[in-house]
Amino acid sequence: MTRFLLPLAAFIVLVVFLAVGLGLKPREIPSPLVGKPAPVFQSQLLHEPEKMLASQDNLGKVWLLNVWASWCVSCREEHPLLVELAKSGIVPIYGLNYKDKRDLALQWLNQYGDPYTVSVVDPEGRIGIDYGVYGVPETYVIDKNGVIRHKQIGPVTVESLEKKILPLIKELQG
Amino acid sequence: MNPALPFALLKNSYPQKISGLRNTFAGKQLILLLVFVLLSPSSWAKEAAPVAEDPVIEKRMIALSEDLRCLVCQNESLAGSRADFANDLRREIREQMQANKSDREIIDFLVARYGDFVLYRPPVKPATYLLWGGPFAFLLTGAGILFFYLKRRRKQIEEPPLTEEQHRHAEALLKEDKGNNA
Repeated sequence: MTRFLLPLAAFIVLVVFLAVGLGLKPREIPSPLVGKPAPVFQSQLLHEPEKMLASQDNLGKVWLLNVWASWCVSCREEHPLLVELAKSGIVPIYGLNYKDKRDLALQWLNQYGDPYTVSVVDPEGRIGIDYGVYGVPETYVIDKNGVIRHKQIGPVTVESLEKKILPLIKELQG
Repeated sequence: MNPALPFALLKNSYPQKISGLRNTFAGKQLILLLVFVLLSPSSWAKEAAPVAEDPVIEKRMIALSEDLRCLVCQNESLAGSRADFANDLRREIREQMQANKSDREIIDFLVARYGDFVLYRPPVKPATYLLWGGPFAFLLTGAGILFFYLKRRRKQIEEPPLTEEQHRHAEALLKEDKGNNA
């Protein structure tokens, strides 16, 4: 009896491992920055290059940092949701215009709408490296103390908004 | 355009002095053009070299980034990837090396941002015990199973001691055998 049961058990264990493996998302690498203070940056505004924004200016409020670029196709996917979220006034969204050209970025916002309180530019991707950005779009939830509480890799979806981001924001704002 | 053309023109222009005058002229011009094109820096430009090339740093950077994973193209090392992102990180590593940072410091910098995932050799810690110890655990389990299996088999093969009657029977058979041979 054990002669057949043992291989069968081993096979079932293997299948379970493979099933779990298939469900994993190797593209979503957990960020070590969650729970740590958001890296400090200071950069030019996209719309008004003569003005600067420093990340410390946002201390005391919960905010989203959305990494976007006009060349990024998946950004188009999440963009209507961001516009809607910005309209609701629940949380300010700051944009990090990642490795983009100013004129293209401005044109893109004109075309698809601008959900950002302001966007800062990161033409060489240096702020991106500090934040551990490796794909665009990425969205960070940053709390009143300037600590990163969540990182959304890839486009924001209705599901991720409702299940994770909005409840978290509510909790942090409360 | 046929790249051999300027040389063909040149050859033709030598024997015919008068009618070839125009050809010689064209040939010279083409050669001059070639010289300029080859001398111009753009034709010698290599791929992305934003920081002044220092062969020592370049070598160190490549050696270090061969042990780092490119996060965009996950089966490639940072050294081998042509992704834009890998290029940025290589630039970052190069710059930090120029700032006299040690390899350890640079790796810590990257791990702080991207996690252990950038390392092809993850550190030994509780989360990776299974990863590092797994193969040895399998080896030990296999060796154990093999040991007990062999031990059991030897027991099975071992000849059971003969009873008194069997002894006598065997002796009789042996004697009979001897008798036959004689």
